[in-house]
Amino acid sequence: MSNPFSYAPALESRGIVNLQPSYGLFINGEFVDGAGSSFKTINPATEEVLAEVSEADAADVDKAVKAARRAHTRVWGKMPGRERAKYLYRIARIIQERGRELAVLETLDNGKPIKEARDVDVPIVAAHFFYYAGWADKLEHSGFGTRSLGVAAQVIPWNFPLLMLAWKIAPALAAGNTVVLKPAETTPLTALLFAEICQQADLPAGVVNIVTGAGATGQALIAHEDVDKVAFTGSTEVGKAIARVVAGTEKRVTLELGGKAANIVFDDAPLDQAIEGIVNGIFFNQGHVCCAGSRLLVQESVADEVLERLKSRMTSLRVGDPLDKNTDIGAINSAEQLARIRELAEIGETETGGGRWSPACELPSQGFWFPPTVFTGVTQAHRIAREEIFGPVLSVLTFRTPTEAVEKANNTPYGLSAGIWTEKGSRILWMADQLRAGVVWANTFNKFDPTSPFGGYKESGYGREGGRHGLEGYLKGAE
Amino acid sequence: MAGRIDVRKTYKLFIGGAFPRSESGYSYVVNDAKGQFMANASLASRKDGRDAVVAARKAFGGWSARTAYNRAQILYRIAEVMEDRRPQFVDAVFRSEGGSVARANKVVDEAIDRLVWYAGWADKITQVVGGANPVAGPFFNLSSPEPTGVVAVLAPQESSLLGLVSVVAPAITTGNTVVVVSSHERPLPAVTFAEVLATSDVPGGVVNILTGSAATVGPWLAAHMDVNAIDLTGIAGDADLARNLEIAAADNLKRVRRAPAAEPDWSQDPGTSAMTWLLETKTVWHPIGL
Amino acid sequence: MTDTSTTTAAAAYDDVTSSDSTLRRFLHGLPGVDQVGAEARAASLGTRSIKTSAKEFAIDLAIRMVDLTTLEGADTVGKVTALANKAMRPDPADPSCPQAAAVCVYPDMVATAKQVLSSSGIKVAAVATAFPSGRAAMDIKLADTRDAVEAGADEIDMVIDRGAFLSGRYLQVFEEIQAVKQACGQAHLKVIFETGELQTYDNVRRVSWLAMLAGADFIKTSTGKVQPAATLPVTLVMLEAVRDFRAATGQMVGVKPAGGIRNTKEAIKYLVMVNEVAGSDWLDPDWFRFGASSLLNDLLMQRTKMQTGRYSGPDYFTLD
Repeated sequence: MSNPFSYAPALESRGIVNLQPSYGLFINGEFVDGAGSSFKTINPATEEVLAEVSEADAADVDKAVKAARRAHTRVWGKMPGRERAKYLYRIARIIQERGRELAVLETLDNGKPIKEARDVDVPIVAAHFFYYAGWADKLEHSGFGTRSLGVAAQVIPWNFPLLMLAWKIAPALAAGNTVVLKPAETTPLTALLFAEICQQADLPAGVVNIVTGAGATGQALIAHEDVDKVAFTGSTEVGKAIARVVAGTEKRVTLELGGKAANIVFDDAPLDQAIEGIVNGIFFNQGHVCCAGSRLLVQESVADEVLERLKSRMTSLRVGDPLDKNTDIGAINSAEQLARIRELAEIGETETGGGRWSPACELPSQGFWFPPTVFTGVTQAHRIAREEIFGPVLSVLTFRTPTEAVEKANNTPYGLSAGIWTEKGSRILWMADQLRAGVVWANTFNKFDPTSPFGGYKESGYGREGGRHGLEGYLKGAE
Repeated sequence: MAGRIDVRKTYKLFIGGAFPRSESGYSYVVNDAKGQFMANASLASRKDGRDAVVAARKAFGGWSARTAYNRAQILYRIAEVMEDRRPQFVDAVFRSEGGSVARANKVVDEAIDRLVWYAGWADKITQVVGGANPVAGPFFNLSSPEPTGVVAVLAPQESSLLGLVSVVAPAITTGNTVVVVSSHERPLPAVTFAEVLATSDVPGGVVNILTGSAATVGPWLAAHMDVNAIDLTGIAGDADLARNLEIAAADNLKRVRRAPAAEPDWSQDPGTSAMTWLLETKTVWHPIGL
Repeated sequence: MTDTSTTTAAAAYDDVTSSDSTLRRFLHGLPGVDQVGAEARAASLGTRSIKTSAKEFAIDLAIRMVDLTTLEGADTVGKVTALANKAMRPDPADPSCPQAAAVCVYPDMVATAKQVLSSSGIKVAAVATAFPSGRAAMDIKLADTRDAVEAGADEIDMVIDRGAFLSGRYLQVFEEIQAVKQACGQAHLKVIFETGELQTYDNVRRVSWLAMLAGADFIKTSTGKVQPAATLPVTLVMLEAVRDFRAATGQMVGVKPAGGIRNTKEAIKYLVMVNEVAGSDWLDPDWFRFGASSLLNDLLMQRTKMQTGRYSGPDYFTLD
């Protein structure tokens, strides 16, 4: 029987976004044409070309680094902290004012549901600038001194384009550094709109530079000999490559990389909230989340019940047009990522002998889509339990005792995040103590806040972003 | 002492609380600062490095789970036992590093005092670098530092005791376990230090001391996938080796303390950075509700 | 989901309700509710955007679910008569406007309401059992119930003894509900928890199961006399309970948030929650009700807006 209460389309208007046919690079306070070629950025939900974007080559990168160096030496590096603070506050305010525009643009370029771009990404972006604005004139209390590093080269991923930009730029600028940031090639547009916001805020030229492009642009940037700092968020594989590139240099590095988080559900968990936490953990942002709870570890005694409830909950997930305000799961960001998810899902199907399940859902014919998927019968030996899929794919494993749960959770080269669901307080604290992960969510999941340090153990990277800790990567240290 | 043949000591490695000879069977001649023969020391091989990592990993769970107070007590105990054996350390430093006896006395004093200083840090660093985060929501949110794990330390070549203590103590006071490659040419103070560790309530495997060449063992430790961090201080000035080890360390994203251009002046106030680079910040969230 | 008959369902839980201690063990063995998580889920459902055809459907459904309520010391025959008329013809100007589900009054007003509503199909609900505090002897509560039923009430809205519940005398609460249920005869029983006095969502989940095991046809949040009355998260927890109860026993139980729901936007949030938490089977006045008075006029105004494309004003809708 069909549901009589079917939600009519509730589309967010695209009208608020003024897309230009082509975008240049943002260097020294101006949009300039790149010397290299250009590439197209598309809407992954429709495959519609949104704009042509310049691809920065090594010479462009050099110009951007030089502009950043000049700005650091002449203006930003010696500007009193309280003045820097006011620029950051301005930026934060403009982000709030232009929040809907940023959210819609993010959804168009990234494929994430508008409700997430609107309710999660953009508010946290503004909050991040507000938070670090306040640090700019209080660095002597940070514990890391007041001396900035200089020019920061920042390379960010496509899963949270604007949010990752904020995590990189806000602390860097607060500490007195200038930046050259490269957004991901599939999601450059909000970074370019941010460049416009910098202009609107009258931020001195060269303090923020945005160079668009793919891997080669990023390599040129991090390898540039005049950068003092490299900050990267992305895959562990690329993170390792960056660590090798900066080896033997004076460059400071922070890396925020992959994960394969365990979300651990005990038999005494608040079940309905745990189900929400599982769903949020793996289906938020299509599972394109480094700290996604991609391994569900559920106590055997409640495994069947949890699974049944989870499946039932998954049937109410709405997959489709990211601009529809009722969409829960949007488009996969790129054809390449979709292929990767498909490949691993097929491997999972073989490994688990058909333990794959998805709710019935109609996927649009255009664009890149993958249904929310659960694999049961997964063991630690399976690739889908070890490799980061970075998609809406959950692997379900079981455990019998807390010790076994910890052993399985920690049995990975990653160590970014973990989840614990139990109503027993002392067990939460014991588990939190044992888990080798930088962020532990107990009876909640995927919560972020500018004041809360984020970052991983082991191969999930080093350094922390957010909070006082987030300043460490941008200051020279106590005098 | 004419007429008496002195008993020469063969110096061994310190792994997992025991004093084995090098698995390879190799040893090397250690001369004093004047170039006179002092002793034979075991020449650590890559397999000794491997065994030491296994021992350090095995010890990590227990050591990191000790209360900070207990770690502080044990570090203080090391200082006490060192004080007890002051003359031996003075002699080892004087013969290894040369200079005057007065200088050697001063070095030993500083090494012991440094241990006392780090002992006190065990139960204070958490409050200095961790704390509650005022998130914008109904959540309890706390960041605390935790030890990163097994740390490979290439100890300073020149400062064989004070330098050694200055790189080992910050690692263990914060709950890490270490595999340290001593000064190659001046291993004696390290071996004496090992003997102190063995009698100071330090659990076996928390500190493992290999005598030998950082250039030989270092690359294996840098590439070892079960080592979480590497301190390259001991290859100060060797930019090529340092770069290569840093590249090897990238294989599992070890935390790296880079090799300085020249060995630091160990008499300076060390600050907290020798500890903080070996700490992971763990942030725990929990809802606040009825 | 198996379809088990009522008797089997009850029988399956006989051991649970056999003593205070078994009942306590069962209720305290239910999964806990994390306040922050439950409230976040409710808020997230509240962000659904219900437009055009879906909104029209929701408004008409909400009107059909209203238990139009007056529970004042100042109630009179005149007031109740007017209210009953309003329930039958919420929008006199528009015959296509659906009727409300029921009129909810004190027992002494049942006869009046019944007379006006006669064959309209609109139910008469009576609050009984020494509403709203429930602080009376058991025989008085039962007499109150019988009185209302004899006067023609189709539905009885009873209050539980919150004092007994909060002090852990679960079996006493259970037996009281059973006794009132018996006194109801053919009348449907709604059990009011007064969730504002129970404080925690854990208590809401426990009392929901307690009432369902005792034979409640509906579980209801509040009397409307205590703040906070109905809230989205409280209703969420109750919807989860009826969903789980059905999965366990095959039996459906209705849910009625009451008090504090004043406008269409809010009502639609409830309907979204019903839809996505309990399921579309509950999208029916037989299984979901709004205990409200001023809500109806806002629904009517929004309905008119949907039809005419312009905003209406209170002067165009009747006061009662």
